[in-house]
Amino acid sequence: MTVTVYVSRDSTAISKGADKVARAIAVEAARRGATINLVRNGSRGMFWLEPLVEVSTPEGRVAYGPVRPEDVAELFESNFLYGGQHHLHLGLTEAIPYFARQTRLTFARVGVTDPVSLDDYLAHDGYRGLANALRMTGKDIVEEVVTSGLRGRGGAAFPTGIKWRTVLGAQADQKYIVCNADEGDSGTFSDRMIMEGDPFVLIEGMTIAGIAVGATQGYIYLRSEYPYAEAALNEAISVAVSRNYLGEDILGSGKTFHLEVRRGAGAYVCGEETSLLESLEGKRGMVRFKPPLPALEGLFGKPTVVNNVISLASIPVILDKGGASYQEYGVGRSRGTLPFQLGGNVKYGGLVEAAFGMTIRELLYDFGGGTRSGRPIRAVQIGGPLGAYVPESQFDLPLDYEALAGVNAMLGHGGVVVFDDTVDLAQMARFAMEFCALESCGKCTPCRIGSTRGVEVIDRIVEGQDRPKQVVLLRDLCNTMLSGSLCALGGMAPYPVLSALNHFPEDFGIAEPAGKAA
Amino acid sequence: MSSAQSAWDRNKVLGIINALKHKPGALMPILHGIQDEIGYVPEDAVPLMAEALNLSRAEVHGVITFYHHFRTTPPGRHKLEICRAEACQAVGANQLVAHAKKTLGVDFHETTSDGAISLEQVFCLGNCACSPSIMVDGEVVGEVTTEALDAIVDSLRTRQ
Repeated sequence: MTVTVYVSRDSTAISKGADKVARAIAVEAARRGATINLVRNGSRGMFWLEPLVEVSTPEGRVAYGPVRPEDVAELFESNFLYGGQHHLHLGLTEAIPYFARQTRLTFARVGVTDPVSLDDYLAHDGYRGLANALRMTGKDIVEEVVTSGLRGRGGAAFPTGIKWRTVLGAQADQKYIVCNADEGDSGTFSDRMIMEGDPFVLIEGMTIAGIAVGATQGYIYLRSEYPYAEAALNEAISVAVSRNYLGEDILGSGKTFHLEVRRGAGAYVCGEETSLLESLEGKRGMVRFKPPLPALEGLFGKPTVVNNVISLASIPVILDKGGASYQEYGVGRSRGTLPFQLGGNVKYGGLVEAAFGMTIRELLYDFGGGTRSGRPIRAVQIGGPLGAYVPESQFDLPLDYEALAGVNAMLGHGGVVVFDDTVDLAQMARFAMEFCALESCGKCTPCRIGSTRGVEVIDRIVEGQDRPKQVVLLRDLCNTMLSGSLCALGGMAPYPVLSALNHFPEDFGIAEPAGKAA
Repeated sequence: MSSAQSAWDRNKVLGIINALKHKPGALMPILHGIQDEIGYVPEDAVPLMAEALNLSRAEVHGVITFYHHFRTTPPGRHKLEICRAEACQAVGANQLVAHAKKTLGVDFHETTSDGAISLEQVFCLGNCACSPSIMVDGEVVGEVTTEALDAIVDSLRTRQ
């Protein structure tokens, strides 16, 4: 019998040698005359175990990892093709506690299927959401999404269904669906993982969005730093077109939806939706004034849905199982699941999809296992480079949008970056301003000038020049940026700065915490 | 650059422009097409794009210079990008950057004197659970130590 062997094609797995392991397995199998079916799947998201090798057995998939190319011959000796014992043997993949404790809705297929096989996608409940959508009116699809309680997973957390309702109600000869795949936040990789590991779910989600609001053209604006995701998306799109899941008269429904991947060019600000639209139009990525909302005047001036990858990839399961079923997960106004991403100085880094409401501490210790360095965790930055630094005293907060907003922090795109006690928070605050200066589009003054002045003021504080006055100046500058910037880049860069200053004043050379602000 | 080289580039560039100019928002795909093909966006190509897309040269120049990814000078034979974002900083990216600059003898956006390696900074490769990360000619490498970086640099120098 032919055994199926899985080695991930996820870029983190590849960054740890998965391609070499896959080649070694193919060569060794040929040498021994063993017939295997080698599948390059997505990653299960347990990155400390990559390169993870799985084999299918009657009991389920058995995992080995982390596997080096030089381990491969020994694995064959240990009869790993039939689940044999070996010191890298991890048992059934889905029984590994890190994985077993998750709630995988959006990521149900990632790491399970062959990402570019449409048949595999269909065999694992793929395109059931679209099948339902094709029997519904646009209005009913939109209301199903409203019912689900899904809020924008890119960070702003605006209700997805409400946005769709606006686009549905707009009258125009052309509407667009734009997927924001400019995942630039440090510590986030869930968009990348789903595009590399299950591209069809994004394609299906965008197709449903198009049918719901009456848009016939979609664009995926993908950051240039993700070449593997681009390859996977383009391969999946061409398969979907050839099998009539994209294009004219989809599955004989009379509905049309075309989809194209467009590459960004290394500008962080293009993750802001209006800047992204400018870039898609072939211009500098300068932020637009709002209103008009992109939902009414978006790409090329037409009504446009702009949603994050995870928002759109959550649509198929909502249309398959129903909005009511999705909104049963979560707490308060944060409904459903979020793929949390653990990175930085963490022992067990990876992707954890769970319902909203788990505490920060559970994520850091029960999943993350503390730091990689073995030293105590001093701070975590949640929500990317514009997110607050959260101290240990706040680790019992639940991970939901409102709880974090209540302490001037934000959940954002769900990335959590861990720092041990060697971190210098004054330097991280300086970096936040430096990054803002580098990436500012330059349209509004608080962001363009404020970020550079911020670097200078922090330098003076650290050097001890007129420190009390400079701290007042820094807080004043942060307030100006918070209230006066045109978009989230300048408007939120003060979050990491002020949280560092408030929670870790000793790093700025301030003996006493300098009181609460913003 | 010899004029023969220039003429050769010009035909390639014109081919790319003509193939893509009918797309909505064609300038970004055209710029990527040119840089993917010849490694950078030559200044002589600006008027060609402006003409084809009915834009001013200033508009095209403005777009090229807005985006960190596009370069206007020929790159080294290999591209080494080091991530400087927070997750990588949490596990030693700053030391890795200092080491790379010192051993290569160049700053970011510069190319080593032997023309082998162009050094660039990047903010997040989406490899944050296995930091610090670098990208070598489009391939991500994770958990990079200074020793591993030295070995990669050596192998790049001997490769063409």
